[in-house]
Amino acid sequence: MRPRPSTAGDLPVLLPFRVSRTRARFTLGPVRAWLLGAWLAGLVLVMPALAQGPDAVLSPLQVILRWAPLLLTGFAFNVAISLVAMLLGTGAGVGLGLALVSEGPILRRVAWGLTQFFRNVPWLVLLFFVMFLVPFQVTVFGLRVPLPDWIKATVGFALPVMANVAEIVRGAVRSVPATQWEAAESLAFTRRQTLFRIILPQCLKRMLPPWMNVYALIAMATVQASIVGVTEMLTLTAQVHAAEGGRPELFAPLYGFALLCFFLYCYPIDRLTARLERRFETA
Amino acid sequence: MSDGASPMSRVPPADRPIVQVLDVHKAFGEAEVLKGISFDVRRGEVVCIIGPSGSGKSTLIRCINALVPVTSGTIRVDGIEVVDPKLDKLALRRKVGMVFQQYNLFPHKTALENVMMAPIHVLGQDKREVEVRARALLAKVRLAGKEAAYPGEMSGGQQQRVAIARSLAMRPEVMLFDEVTAALDPETVKEVLVTIRELAEEGMTCLLVTHEMNFAREVADHVYFTDRGVIVEHGPPETLFSSAVDARTRRFLSQVL
Amino acid sequence: MDAVPNWFRGLYETTGYNFTVFYDPYDWDRYVNGLKTTLLLAVTTILASLVIGAVGALLQGGPSRFLRGLVNGFVVVFRNTPPLVQIFFFYFGLGTLLPATQTADGLRVPLLDNVQWAIVALALFAGAFNVEIFRSGIEAVPRTTVEAAESLGYTRLKAYLYVVLPLALRVCLPALNNNLINLLKTTTLAYAIAVPETLYAVKQIWSESQNVLEMMIVLLATYAVLVGVLVWLMHRWERALRIPGYSR
Repeated sequence: MRPRPSTAGDLPVLLPFRVSRTRARFTLGPVRAWLLGAWLAGLVLVMPALAQGPDAVLSPLQVILRWAPLLLTGFAFNVAISLVAMLLGTGAGVGLGLALVSEGPILRRVAWGLTQFFRNVPWLVLLFFVMFLVPFQVTVFGLRVPLPDWIKATVGFALPVMANVAEIVRGAVRSVPATQWEAAESLAFTRRQTLFRIILPQCLKRMLPPWMNVYALIAMATVQASIVGVTEMLTLTAQVHAAEGGRPELFAPLYGFALLCFFLYCYPIDRLTARLERRFETA
Repeated sequence: MSDGASPMSRVPPADRPIVQVLDVHKAFGEAEVLKGISFDVRRGEVVCIIGPSGSGKSTLIRCINALVPVTSGTIRVDGIEVVDPKLDKLALRRKVGMVFQQYNLFPHKTALENVMMAPIHVLGQDKREVEVRARALLAKVRLAGKEAAYPGEMSGGQQQRVAIARSLAMRPEVMLFDEVTAALDPETVKEVLVTIRELAEEGMTCLLVTHEMNFAREVADHVYFTDRGVIVEHGPPETLFSSAVDARTRRFLSQVL
Repeated sequence: MDAVPNWFRGLYETTGYNFTVFYDPYDWDRYVNGLKTTLLLAVTTILASLVIGAVGALLQGGPSRFLRGLVNGFVVVFRNTPPLVQIFFFYFGLGTLLPATQTADGLRVPLLDNVQWAIVALALFAGAFNVEIFRSGIEAVPRTTVEAAESLGYTRLKAYLYVVLPLALRVCLPALNNNLINLLKTTTLAYAIAVPETLYAVKQIWSESQNVLEMMIVLLATYAVLVGVLVWLMHRWERALRIPGYSR
C-alpha cells in the first residue's frame, strides 16, 4: 500500500539539471558584479575601438548606443517568450509531475516516457520539431486560428520546461518521508487529500530554487529561436551588424552587448536561487 | 608495540620524557584556548587528560601532532621540536600516531587497505611486507575476517579499532587518543577500551583525552585535570580521584563519577 | 546485403514514408558524417571541459587571490549567458579579430575554423559548470578525513591525490553526469555556425528530399541513442566507483 512510485528510473538524466550550490563559492557582491559587468562592457566596446583607425565611421560604442533601443526591444521579446513558455510549461509540468507520482501504473509509465523524451532530446531539435510539424494555423470549431512562428517557438520552449518541472515535482514529492504518507493514511485522509493538503504544502518551498533554475536556463535558450527564423534579439543583432556595413570589428561588441544583457538578467536570478537553496537547506 | 613484552607485564616508565610540553599558549583569534600548559610524558607511560568540555583538551592533543600550530611555548617529541617552523612533519608523524573521536577512516578503502595505505604511500614500504603486518594488526585488534569490509559496513567500535590498527601500522613511539569512545554506542565502548588497555600493557606510550573516568583510574599512570585552558591539578589516579585538592576538580569529579 | 535499402525503398513505394537516408547512399553519407562530427564535438568537448573543471577547481582552492578571482569571474560569466551567444561571440567576434593566414590564391584562412571554435566555446561553457561541480565535491570531503591523512604523515599533495580526489569524484559524479549529458545535447548549437553535425546534416537532407517527418524521427532516434549510450557509460562508471556502506 506504500504510495511510493517506483518508476523511479534512477537515470541521472531524471535529475533536474543543476549542480549543488550548498556553499556560496561563486558569488560576487553587487558592487563587484557591477564592476565585472562594466569591465566586460569596456572590453567589448573599447578593444575593437583601439584596433580601428580614426575613420569617419561610427565607433562600436556609438553603434551600440544608436541601436540599443531596438536591441533592447528584442531582448524584451526574449524575456516575454521565456515568461510565456515558463507559464505554459509549469502548468503542464505540474500535471505531468502529479501523473509521475500517481497510483495508476499505466498513467505513471506514460508520464515517465513523456518526461524522459522531452528531457533528453536537445532543445534545439525540439524547437525544429515544433516549427516544422505544427501547422501554421489550426481550426477550432470552424474558426481558423493562425499560429505565428513566435507562438510555435514558445510552445517549443514550453515542452522541455514541462518535463523539467514534472521532474522537480516528482523529486520534491519523493523527498517527503514515507512516514508522512503513513501518518496521513492512518488519519483516514484520501490519497488526493494527502497529496494536496499534506505532501505538496511541505515541498512547495523546496521546489522553488530548481524551478527558478529552469527559468534561467529557458531564458538563455530563447535566443535559439533565431535559428528557426523567429525575430528576437540575436536576429536583430545580426541585422544591425549588416545595417552598419557588416564591419567585422563590430561583431564582438554587438554580441558582447547581447551577452551583457543576458548576464545582467540571469545573474541576479542565479544569486537569488542560490540564496534560497541555502536558506531552505539550513531550515 | 614493544616486541617480546608479555601482555600482562607493565614495562616500568623510563625517566627521560618522550613528550615535553612547556608553557603552551594557543589562541583562535581573540579566544585563548590554552593558557600556559606544561607537562611531560615519559616513555611507556599512560597519561590521561580529563576535564569539562571546551577546556582545550582536544586542541592540546592536536598541537602535539602539529595539526594545530601553537601561539607560543615549546613542544618536544623524542628530540623533535614541534614548534620549529622548519619542522619535518613526516618525521614527527612517524613517531606520533593519532586516533580521532570520529574514527576518520578513509571510506573508499577496505579495512585492510586503510591500515596498509600510509606505510606504502608515506613510508614507501614493500606492499607484501606491509600486508602481512596489517593482517597481524587487524587480528590483534580482534578484527580478523573483517579485512575486506568497508568502513561503512562496520560498527563504530569496529571502525575505531581499525583506526587504531591504522595508526599502529606506522610503528609510532607515542599514541594520541582524542576522546576515542565519545561517539560510540555504550556496548561498543568496551571493545575499544580493551584494545587500548592491551596496548598500554605492552608498554606503548599513550596520551588520552577521555571522559571514561573508570578507565582512566584503572589504566593511567598519571592524570591531568584541565579547565579553561590551564592544568588545575594533576597526580596519580588514586590520589586525584579520591582526594582532589581543588574545588573545581572536586566539583567535576562529583558530576562525572 | 541490400536488404535494408530495399526494404526502405519498398516502404516508400507502398506507404509513402520516405527514409531516403537508408537507401540513398548520398544521404546516408551525409548522415554518417554528421554523426561523426557530433561524436567528435561530444568527445573533445567532454574531455576538454573535464580538464577545465579540474584545473579551475584546483586554482579556486589555491593561494593566489588573482587566479581565484579570475576563475570566479569565468564561472559566473559562462554560467549566466546563453551558450549560443557565446558561440557567436567566439566565432564571429573573436574569430574575425584573430590574425588569419592566406592561401596561395588569396583566400582567407582563419586561425580556427568553425568546428574548432564550436569546440572551444562549448568546452568553456561546460567547463564553467564543471569547475563548480568539482569544487563542491572537494568541499564535501570532511576536513577531519584530511586531518586523519595528515596525521598519518601524508603531504598535502599526497592527501589530495589518495584521499580527497577519490572521495570528491564520487560525491560529484551525479552532477557531473547531468552536465556531460547536457553538453552532448548542447553540441546541436554548433548548427548555428554551420558545423555539419547531425542536426545540420539531417536538415539538409529533409530540405532536399522533402521528408521532414521521416528525418525528424531519425533525428530524435539518433539523439535518444547517443544520450542513452552516454547515460549507460556514466552509470557503469558510477557503479564501478560505488563504495559498499557509503552513501551520499
